[in-house]
Amino acid sequence: MNIPFTTNPRPDTGVYNAKLGIWLFLASEVMLFGALFSSYILIRVGAPEVGENAWPLGSDILSVPVAFTNTMVLITSSITMVMAWASLAMKKFDKYKMFMGITIALGLTFLVIKGFEYNSKFEHHLFPSTSNFMAIYFTITGLHVLHVIGGLIVNFYLWIPGAKMWESDPERFTNRIEVAGLYWHFVDLVWIFLFPVLYLL
Amino acid sequence: MDASVKEKSSHDDHSHHEEAFIWKYVFSIDHKVIGIQYGVTALLFLFFGFTLMMLMRWQLAYPGEAIPVISGLFSETTMPDGIMLPEFYNSLGAMHGTIMVFLAVVPLVVGAFGNYLVPLQVGAIDMAFPKLNMASYWVYFVGGIVMLVGFWMPGGAANSGWTSYPPLSNIATTGQTVWLLGMVFLITSSLLGSMNIIVTIVQLRAEGLTWMKLPFFTWAQLVTSFLLLLAFPPLEAAGVLQLMDRLTGSSFFMPSGLVVSGEVLDIAGGGSPLLWQHLFWFLAHPEVYVLILPALGIIAEVIANNTRKPLWGYKSMVYATIFLGFISFTVWAHHMFLTGMGTAINAFFQTTTMIISIPSVIILTALMISLWGGSIRFNSAMLFACAFLPMFGIGGLTGLPLGLTASDIHLHDTYYVIGHFHYVVAPGTIFAIFAGIYYWYPKVTGRAMNEMLGKIHFWLSLIFINGIFFPMFIQGLAGVSRRLYDGGASYAHAQDYLYLNEFMSISAWLLALAQIPFIINFFISWKSGQKAGDNHWDATTLEWSATTSPPLGHGNFEVVPTVYRGPYEYSVPGKDKDFTPQNEA
Repeated sequence: MNIPFTTNPRPDTGVYNAKLGIWLFLASEVMLFGALFSSYILIRVGAPEVGENAWPLGSDILSVPVAFTNTMVLITSSITMVMAWASLAMKKFDKYKMFMGITIALGLTFLVIKGFEYNSKFEHHLFPSTSNFMAIYFTITGLHVLHVIGGLIVNFYLWIPGAKMWESDPERFTNRIEVAGLYWHFVDLVWIFLFPVLYLL
Repeated sequence: MDASVKEKSSHDDHSHHEEAFIWKYVFSIDHKVIGIQYGVTALLFLFFGFTLMMLMRWQLAYPGEAIPVISGLFSETTMPDGIMLPEFYNSLGAMHGTIMVFLAVVPLVVGAFGNYLVPLQVGAIDMAFPKLNMASYWVYFVGGIVMLVGFWMPGGAANSGWTSYPPLSNIATTGQTVWLLGMVFLITSSLLGSMNIIVTIVQLRAEGLTWMKLPFFTWAQLVTSFLLLLAFPPLEAAGVLQLMDRLTGSSFFMPSGLVVSGEVLDIAGGGSPLLWQHLFWFLAHPEVYVLILPALGIIAEVIANNTRKPLWGYKSMVYATIFLGFISFTVWAHHMFLTGMGTAINAFFQTTTMIISIPSVIILTALMISLWGGSIRFNSAMLFACAFLPMFGIGGLTGLPLGLTASDIHLHDTYYVIGHFHYVVAPGTIFAIFAGIYYWYPKVTGRAMNEMLGKIHFWLSLIFINGIFFPMFIQGLAGVSRRLYDGGASYAHAQDYLYLNEFMSISAWLLALAQIPFIINFFISWKSGQKAGDNHWDATTLEWSATTSPPLGHGNFEVVPTVYRGPYEYSVPGKDKDFTPQNEA
């Protein structure tokens, strides 16, 4: 006996199991990042208006052009992720390989840029212990980086070792790309919130 | 083909057989085995958490006296010459709470009962994601080990209370870091588990099993899983922030100018200790309903079955549960009335707190009215269920003065609070767990537990558990603080109520002895209990009516059932038997 609705949607709910699962997972992730953004608001509101501990303007400390580049990198990777899924839906496996490859490359590019950015902060002796602004910056972006790494591991698995499933169960494999894509878009979306909050405001 | 492969492997050599054992019983992906793994592990943690408390109760009853007999078991840094050090007492308190909530009761009601019963009750062959289910158990197991490792850290296990309030917890010994890491594992585990339960209920319901035909237990599990899914992440965020504070020296929870041991700390400052409390209670209040909702689910099943009549107000119970789930996200700051949030915020949370008592009362009232006019079978499971109702009632009603800001000023952080929530969780949820164990034991093992031992276990537990917790109300009303290492001996206003300490401690130790009949019963019945039929209690829900006891190893059902009727069709007029199973056409 097999577990039903692993591939085809259940008629009365309209989704297959993994799709409901990933939406629930993302709901939980929203609460995680929501709590962190709320913490950001609470600490910022509590900071003094002037003086040593006053809240700095993000763009005075952080590099907006670098972050803007990274924003573009992630948005592009979200687009290629959709293209990868669409290729499979159109039964074009070679195109899928290409678009997934680009997605992974863009994800890695994001990490490399982020690495340089962290490094320049450390060189200027800016650490989480420096100020609460730096602390929340490192915490939220750090957690986001962990999510990017997690997404890259999944994407890499689906790119090379897990792609064998295309031969045995193409529909389910297409679903897997859709689910991984939903997660990837979420990671992208977190960054899109994170960029203005930390760098611009 | 599957059957022939199985047959072949059973004739194979020894090494092959061992491998099979590992996959069948250790790294199993069968929800029933995982449920049992959760159950056994969590029962061990329940016992361990209780042991920590029994040690504390010695110190409270006889402060400063050497503990007899077992004093040699402890190191110089915890109990030199058998006399408990204050730091160790604090560790015991923090770990008792942590272990009982996160490692014992929630894994029992959700991990064990939820895992085992939800797929059976919805007529599914397994959980929606069996491998995630296995991962959920093992991540929980690792989290438990990490928590225990804390006891061997320099300075001992976490000692800032189970709530880990900063700044104290930020400057506490290494055990606190271990506690935070352990929590990350436990949160991950509950995330995987709750996702799985929701998808299973939504997607894998058998044909004909519409929402209002779901057993109340499954409804309770559904709402509980949503609470776990959405309330735990903020605690994870809080845990990450506290880890940052402890490991990188950030100041999320550290206010400017904090003085420790006479010296101003060299930190950036500007943080807010209240932020932790908000994030913590945003989890920990829904967590209270995670503890109680599945218990209400268990009680509903046991009561419907043993009164031989339908639950009174099944639909209102379901709607009340859903409402309760939503509103439980809006009451958290009633734990923080005395932090100086301001009267406007206090008034808001006082109002929501009064509102949330309504659905709880609806559910409890429906369960009580369900008893009316039934020909009740007083077996062990039903005795525990009957005791649950007034015990949970006491726990709930004593919560009202704590939810009102004016009376909370007096009662906050006294033994009254301890009495209140222990009535909800101990003779409440833990009694429901016992009811559930007696009720579903025949399904899991194919044999019934001994009724005589069960009744001894029940009556002794009922007496002694009240002996522990009722005097706490008296002490608390007199203003005795809950965090006193000597039980109040050095406080003038506590003098008149010190005599209760010894009484409560002796009750606690006797309660431990009262568990012996249960432990004997639990193990003896596994092999030599009275054989139980497939539907031992003449029940209507699918786990009893559609499968064997114990259910088939792989796939649960010989034929996946189709559902035709509601969950509690007992004593339907005109039928020749007093129960009509859900899968009976």
